[in-house]
Amino acid sequence: MMSEGIGARVVRKEDKRFITGKGKYTDDVRLHGMTYASFVRSPHAHAKIKSIDVEAAKAMPGVVDVLTGQQLVDDKIGNLICGWMIHSKDGTPMKMGAWPAMAPETVRFVGNAVAVVIAETRNQARDAAEAVEVAYEELPVAADIRAAIAPDAPQIHPEAPGNVIYDWTIGDEAATNEAFKKAANVVAMDIVNNRLSPNAMEPRAAVAEYDPAEEHFTLYTTSQNPHVARLVLSAFYNVAQEHKLRVIAPDVGGGFGSKIFIYPEEMVALWASKRTGRPVKWTSDRTEAFLTDAHGRDHLTKAEMAFDKDNKIIGLRVKTHANLGAYMSLFSSSVPTYLYATLLSGQYNIPNIFAEVVSVYTNTAPVDAYRGAGRPEASFVMERLMETAARQLKVDPAELRRKNFITQFPHQTPVIMAYDTGDFGASLDAALKAADYAGFPARKAKAKAEGKLRGIGFSCYIEACGIAPSKAVGSLGAGVGLWESCEVRVNPVGTIEILTGSHSHGQGHETTFAQVVADRLGIPTSQVSIVHGDTDKVQFGMGTYGSRSGAVGMSAIVKAMEKVEAKAKKIVAHQLEASENDIVIENGEFKVTGTDKKIALPMVALAAYTAHNLPDGMEPGLKETAFYDPTNFTFPAGAYICEVEIDPGTGKTEFVNFVAADDFGRLINPMIVEGQVHGGLAQGIGQALLEHAVYDKSGQLVTASFMDYAMPRADDLPSFKLSHTTTLCPGNPLGIKGCGEAGAIGSTPAVINAITDAIGHDRITMPASPNEVWHAIHQKQAAE
Amino acid sequence: MSSVKLTVNGKAVSADVEDRTLLVHLLRDHLGLTGTHVGCDTSQCGACIVHIDGRAVKSCTTLVGQANGANVTTIEGISKGDTLHPMQAAFRDNHGLQCGYCTPGMIMSAIDIVHRHQGDLDEATVRHELEGNICRCTGYHNIVKSVLDAAGRMKVAAAAE
Ligand code: FES
Ligand code: FES
Repeated sequence: MMSEGIGARVVRKEDKRFITGKGKYTDDVRLHGMTYASFVRSPHAHAKIKSIDVEAAKAMPGVVDVLTGQQLVDDKIGNLICGWMIHSKDGTPMKMGAWPAMAPETVRFVGNAVAVVIAETRNQARDAAEAVEVAYEELPVAADIRAAIAPDAPQIHPEAPGNVIYDWTIGDEAATNEAFKKAANVVAMDIVNNRLSPNAMEPRAAVAEYDPAEEHFTLYTTSQNPHVARLVLSAFYNVAQEHKLRVIAPDVGGGFGSKIFIYPEEMVALWASKRTGRPVKWTSDRTEAFLTDAHGRDHLTKAEMAFDKDNKIIGLRVKTHANLGAYMSLFSSSVPTYLYATLLSGQYNIPNIFAEVVSVYTNTAPVDAYRGAGRPEASFVMERLMETAARQLKVDPAELRRKNFITQFPHQTPVIMAYDTGDFGASLDAALKAADYAGFPARKAKAKAEGKLRGIGFSCYIEACGIAPSKAVGSLGAGVGLWESCEVRVNPVGTIEILTGSHSHGQGHETTFAQVVADRLGIPTSQVSIVHGDTDKVQFGMGTYGSRSGAVGMSAIVKAMEKVEAKAKKIVAHQLEASENDIVIENGEFKVTGTDKKIALPMVALAAYTAHNLPDGMEPGLKETAFYDPTNFTFPAGAYICEVEIDPGTGKTEFVNFVAADDFGRLINPMIVEGQVHGGLAQGIGQALLEHAVYDKSGQLVTASFMDYAMPRADDLPSFKLSHTTTLCPGNPLGIKGCGEAGAIGSTPAVINAITDAIGHDRITMPASPNEVWHAIHQKQAAE
Repeated sequence: MSSVKLTVNGKAVSADVEDRTLLVHLLRDHLGLTGTHVGCDTSQCGACIVHIDGRAVKSCTTLVGQANGANVTTIEGISKGDTLHPMQAAFRDNHGLQCGYCTPGMIMSAIDIVHRHQGDLDEATVRHELEGNICRCTGYHNIVKSVLDAAGRMKVAAAAE
């Protein structure tokens, strides 16, 4: 029975509905009298709206109503917010421009909504959206960071002069400059982290229903955090009152960060359902998703690392420009600051760090957290610097890393983070062994003889998961707490429901959360069910992102279980006339140690609810709640090694080997953990070799379909070799660190480093397409 | 509008639909078979794959009229009662899915791949044959394992029949 507990490779409970086509995603919801919404979107990246003529559209078949941005403003629906306050180095608060859900006056990116058609069918809504006539006066466009900070750049929001949202710093500038003066060697690089589209396979969708009798709204939506959606929609957007709004995030087809945020379409669907008196469904098509889902990454960085004569790092200086797009999305401001610059120590002992981050507006889709959120960007900077340093200093890249590893824990970095535990050398050793690093020179020589370029690349990443504690993030500007809640309901027959505030969009919580409970009580996972994703069922929660569901969500379960077990033991002790301290739980039974006296869980539960024979003064029932606020972030880390072979004739990169050695602390279900790593690796490798969201100078997104944006397919990727080393996280009761983002963080630099090793220099930008690589090889030959 | 008649998962279906109606919308909106998903507008992702007369086809680019008279099988139609199709079982056992959104299309595509290769598959062939399906969650590692595993199971099942 315990084979289903912590550490067991239990197949997933949720799979049955997915493999039989019985999953229920937002677009599967159909309500009586439902209408369909289609948005009218700007074809221009920057323009003034002169007029909107909706009359022709209103007269089209099936059209229920056509609503514009001005009506939204008239109805006092609020602007979208960014929930993390960042201050510039001069102390001024970030400069946030207004973001109405549909633009009444000015559009600022291609795809910015200006009106919405509500019609009886999907096709009628689309047809009529085509018939809405909008007259625009085009304005000059800044479609990338350089254009936005140029001296004569067009002004995107009046609130942000020069398009600078904030100019923020962290670390000790004077001490860092001093370290650079003393350096024996300095490695300097310009590093671009290219822009990505998250592309969850399920496009975003929203179904809204208003009940006028109860003045109550229901919203089904593709969300990673339904409670936060309800909170923000009510407290800031004035769409509905919090207690009059139920948000349901049913099965969600992938998120990767892009479904954390509250988007204009959800607000408009709710508002339109009240205006029209009909349920309203909106489902994004893929091109809309490319245009309007928050994008990821998009950094320009100058980085310098100073070494002493023994190749020990003595200083790091980083200046990054981050593109936040045309509007500030919900968490966008935190991504290039507290989620990025605070990880710039990597796995290394660096006494002096100074980082400056300038975030800018551009006429592009908003940019926000995408798998890893800031950590991949930090890792990319650090690991490319290390690889380049090794090449310049003519030392082995593994040994240069090892020499600089942090080996004493806890370790306070100069940029806020206090790493609690880790063993970076163990991960590196495991990866070196799995990659047969010792045999690499022979393999490289053999490849060379065959006319191929072979390279090996390293990446020793660290990340910070389970953002916390609430008090600390609050002091840094966060607008929400980052605890998690859990309610454990032991039913009178002994079955158990776990109501959790975290949300699953593919991570297998219905299985792993049940494993934690099964493990404690010694019962099968089938006796436990997990309830999530519905604000009417679950009291409150913060959702799923930043690999917080294990470290924070499961810890809340443990806390609630402790309360349940304590009460159950009191009941058992009372009924068996034993001492509470002598009661142990085994195989679903409460036993008095050293005797054969015991009561099975269902009988304890029944006793709690019949309440015929409880200790004096005890409340009936067996149902407890806990809110768990962690004491620190968790710090998963690992070493990835990638070996590639490049055909110099075509520039095509082939994988020979990809090795990932991670330390995630305790693994609840290794099978699911491995799956998370695989998926992350695919996204990180996709960024390195294939993916790129490209805007042209006029702000048109030229990669707005799967024909133009190269999503990794099965043939593009290798099979992965995974291994784990373990140091338990001391900060939570389960010792969990988190595994959801590691693959995406660690893999990108490993791939690019392998390519630079193969071609012998660092002048390569992502995605390293065959064209890019061929030119990089050619450029080098020309230079020699 | 046109009238069409087809067989879906063994049941006769007739419907009057706009000429532009796509098969995926007939399945999802008219028949309530929401297992077949839409992931793109360009016939690139494979979330919508169903079988038409035994062959894997993208239902997002198939007009209902093109399926007139045909035998359509969707993800809802491949298990026998409570007994999963070997491909479904292999996906579950090998953790070949995460969010499950691409999964119906993957499974329908994979069954077709195994049929066409009569079960003689290796990793490279499976990866190549899956090029019409995108999964954003799994990195394909476990999907490839699932298909190879199912190829074996389907051979055994075929031999037993
Ligand atoms: S929905 Fe048919 S291929 Fe994407
Ligand atoms: S399992 Fe999520 S897209 Fe494949």
